[in-house]
Amino acid sequence: MDRTAAPAGSFVASVAEIIGRIEGEPDRLVDLRLEASRAFTAAGLPTTRQEAWRFTSLRALAETPHRPAAPADAEIADLTIPGSHRLVFVNGRLSPGLSAAEDLPRGLTLRPLAGALAEAAGPAASTIGGAVDLARHPFAALNTAAFADGALIHLEPGAIVEAPIHLLFVTVGDGEPTWSAPRTLVAAGAGSQATVVEHYVGAGGESLTLPVTELRLAAGAILHHVRLQEEPRSARHIALQASRQARDSRLDSVALNIGAGLMRTDIDAVLAEPGAHAALDGLYLVEDEQHTDTHLDVRHAAPHCTSHELYKGILDGRSRAVFNGRIVVDPAAQKTDAIQSNRNLLLSAGALVNSNPQLEIFADDVRCTHGSTVGRLDEEAVFYLRSRGLDRATAESLLTYAFAAEIVGAIPVGAVRERIERHLVARLPQGELAREAF
Amino acid sequence: MLQLKNLHVSVDGTEILKGIDLEIGPGEVHAIMGPNGSGKSTLASVLAGREEYEITAGEILYDGADLTELDAETRAREGIFLAFQYPVEIPGVSNTYFLRSALNAIRAHRGEDPLDAIDFLELVKDKAKLVRLDEKLLKRPVNEGFSGGEKKRNEIFHMAVLEPRLAILDETDSGLDIDALKIVADGVNALRDTQRSFVVITHYQRLLNYIVPDFVHVLKDGRIVRSGDRELALALEDQGYEWLETAPVAAGA
Repeated sequence: MDRTAAPAGSFVASVAEIIGRIEGEPDRLVDLRLEASRAFTAAGLPTTRQEAWRFTSLRALAETPHRPAAPADAEIADLTIPGSHRLVFVNGRLSPGLSAAEDLPRGLTLRPLAGALAEAAGPAASTIGGAVDLARHPFAALNTAAFADGALIHLEPGAIVEAPIHLLFVTVGDGEPTWSAPRTLVAAGAGSQATVVEHYVGAGGESLTLPVTELRLAAGAILHHVRLQEEPRSARHIALQASRQARDSRLDSVALNIGAGLMRTDIDAVLAEPGAHAALDGLYLVEDEQHTDTHLDVRHAAPHCTSHELYKGILDGRSRAVFNGRIVVDPAAQKTDAIQSNRNLLLSAGALVNSNPQLEIFADDVRCTHGSTVGRLDEEAVFYLRSRGLDRATAESLLTYAFAAEIVGAIPVGAVRERIERHLVARLPQGELAREAF
Repeated sequence: MLQLKNLHVSVDGTEILKGIDLEIGPGEVHAIMGPNGSGKSTLASVLAGREEYEITAGEILYDGADLTELDAETRAREGIFLAFQYPVEIPGVSNTYFLRSALNAIRAHRGEDPLDAIDFLELVKDKAKLVRLDEKLLKRPVNEGFSGGEKKRNEIFHMAVLEPRLAILDETDSGLDIDALKIVADGVNALRDTQRSFVVITHYQRLLNYIVPDFVHVLKDGRIVRSGDRELALALEDQGYEWLETAPVAAGA
């Protein structure tokens, strides 16, 4: 089965049906959906014969027919971020009752994509899909062809939004394997600033979530972006985040992967104009049989841009992490400053990491560095702490917590930081003690 | 307080200590000197409970009980402290927090209540003055970005807060200029009392001008080849370790 594209029959049939039912969308979008549908049908489900999927097998997914998730209700009481503007989607559809997007500050548009896309001249219909490479990302193609709804965040030039914008995507299973494809488009106007939290959770049941997020930053825009994935272990999560930055814009994005049995995150970042800066950080915290795969693809297309990537992983049980960090520096992109680091901490003998930096540099006056480490806790540090009276479990918990703290401490939204801290505490034998240290 | 009897220790099958006999009473300061590779740091590590060292013969008694039965943290809680030759950087963990956890672990072992934050802060400020440790270093991660001298002072600061009964200083003087050396020595001297004992491991006599030992032992090739008082250290400074090759082994060593 791995020799050729796996059958994508159940998805293809669903997509045809979904596209057939769509009404009232502008021609550009209908054409885009058809193109995406063809791209997905041609590609099929990726197999481990393909370089980009070498370490992540979708065999079990390919053998399990999935159907589109039906509308459902959800409970989100303990998931909200105090003081945030919020849109909630359940199985890819807006849940107005759970959302809180009234009284928006001036310059902020926060609304479901479904309505926004009907306006042919609006920002959504004219830009959606522009940052997505359909040929390279079959699941993003599937999303583009079939997404029912999602979030539009539009910031007018100069708009400063203080409160975080919380996009909560809930997957609710119904006993049979289902899939959903939520979509997010963030368009930050010149000189605007906001904080956006994309948050994926689920209520159990075998499911597949295929989110696509486009981040477009105009000149001088500043976007703080958090991607928090804490779906149940019965879920698979395959996501694309595609960003495109204009002159002097700044994207600070952190991807937190905690949940799902299988998670794959592709992050495509284009620094399109001089002076743009992207910080793309991440933390994966996996155990048991969890599998996490991060593919970063950062393209420096203009001079004087900086990209900093710090990905940290903590692996326990028989979990596995794949990290592929590609940086491409175009011939025109002189004075590029690109730093990439992937550091992995193994808490068990059964965990495994494949870390692969990939630099492709076509300019001659640049600074590009990368580093990758996979290791256990430093025994000398453990002994040092024990020799002052801390027991081994506390010493190890403290050091593990400290390893994660560099990422966790920088999360710009307190409520998200606390959620991650709770995950850490739950996974460490003396987590509560360790937490007090920070 | 501490007795070593015919102690033999190996690492990876290589014998490093080849029969050490040593007795340390309450309130005594013992200096262990010797050339590089003589086994000084191995002795410190074995006392602190480092696990890669194998005791192949002999015994270590602490208050008359077998010390080797205890793991490193239990030894610490029983009052043994090792000042590391190379203090370890612990990124992300604040010096103060770590010390408070350590102190409260020791107090719990003794059946005492944990020290609350305010009492602890007072204690810490008090002890930091003792070794003239910059208060900024209290909030920073343990040893991270500390200079060599700051790391050594931080070790003595930890010792001052934890108040051990037996402190082992493993080449605490190495890499210190004379001012830093005096500060460290002052800190140690302030902690000397009739119940607290010290094992001061050093390559150089210089430290012993400031921490005046009751006994000096010379370790060479895994054995104590000479024991004496402070005069022995001064003789070593004048003549180096070579003259011990031909000199008779001191009685009782």
